[in-house]
Amino acid sequence: MALDPLKQFEIKPIVPIEVAGIDLSFSNASLLMVIGALLTVGFLNIGMSRRALVPGRWQAAGETLYEFIANLIKEQTGSKGREYFPFVFTIFMVVLMGNFLGMIPFSFTYTSHIIVTFALAMVVFLTVTIVGFMKHGLHFLTLFTPAGVPWPLLFLVVPIELIAYLSRPISLSIRLFANMMAGHIMLKVFAGFAVTLGVLGGIAPLLLIIALTGFEFLIAFIQAYVFAVLTCVYLKDALELH
Amino acid sequence: MEEQAARVIGAALALIPLFGVALALGNIFSTLLASIARNPSVSGELKGAGILYFALTEAIALFALLIAFLILFV
Repeated sequence: MALDPLKQFEIKPIVPIEVAGIDLSFSNASLLMVIGALLTVGFLNIGMSRRALVPGRWQAAGETLYEFIANLIKEQTGSKGREYFPFVFTIFMVVLMGNFLGMIPFSFTYTSHIIVTFALAMVVFLTVTIVGFMKHGLHFLTLFTPAGVPWPLLFLVVPIELIAYLSRPISLSIRLFANMMAGHIMLKVFAGFAVTLGVLGGIAPLLLIIALTGFEFLIAFIQAYVFAVLTCVYLKDALELH
Repeated sequence: MEEQAARVIGAALALIPLFGVALALGNIFSTLLASIARNPSVSGELKGAGILYFALTEAIALFALLIAFLILFV
């Protein structure tokens, strides 16, 4: 194969910075994160700058995003979760921007790196745990003892629930990272096939790549949605304790 | 050479969970379709739940893929 499908995940330092032996370089991942944050803030601020009663196009787009997440939180957690809207919205936008900016050719997908998604998942996990302890105190630990379980079974159920709870950040981060990585590798490998087939295959392989790219956009959105939904589900667990 | 062969066989074996994922995805979508056909008025809610379960199930396939990559390249 002419091109290495894994090369797109390479982190290249743009401005090398090193503090006390730790590499803190401003890399292409950092650049894409800054672009994503600026796009989000710029998009919402420009859209909301006029604050018209009848929204224009930009404002309607911003309101759609807002209402999408607001409805999601209302469905999952009811009225209790309203105060966590900024948190869920930020998480959603970070993941969405990462996934969508990565779809630009020759760009970089920062959500395809396990350390980025794991950091996001740990933020969610720690927030949920802290919220749970703040709302319920030590009563929060009843999350690990489902109601109606006979007491001899608790010796079995509590460790299982504990492991399930502790593996949440791992499953949350690996789901997003593996989806993005596998999707982008698949696109590159199939593009390699199309190049190899060339004139022989005619236009059909190219059309397949276009279809796959469209599918990848769908996955990019669905994964951001799932990340937000699971954040809400975990929040609901912490707020309502089963 | 033998190690390389063992790696490839191991990576292939690591993809066996795809069988279960295929069954699960078929089950999810067939049930989703049947439910919407029976009660079209709740199709919005059902689609949201369907997408969530699709992603949760698909994650298992991706875990398997990840293990296969780890066996092959690490």
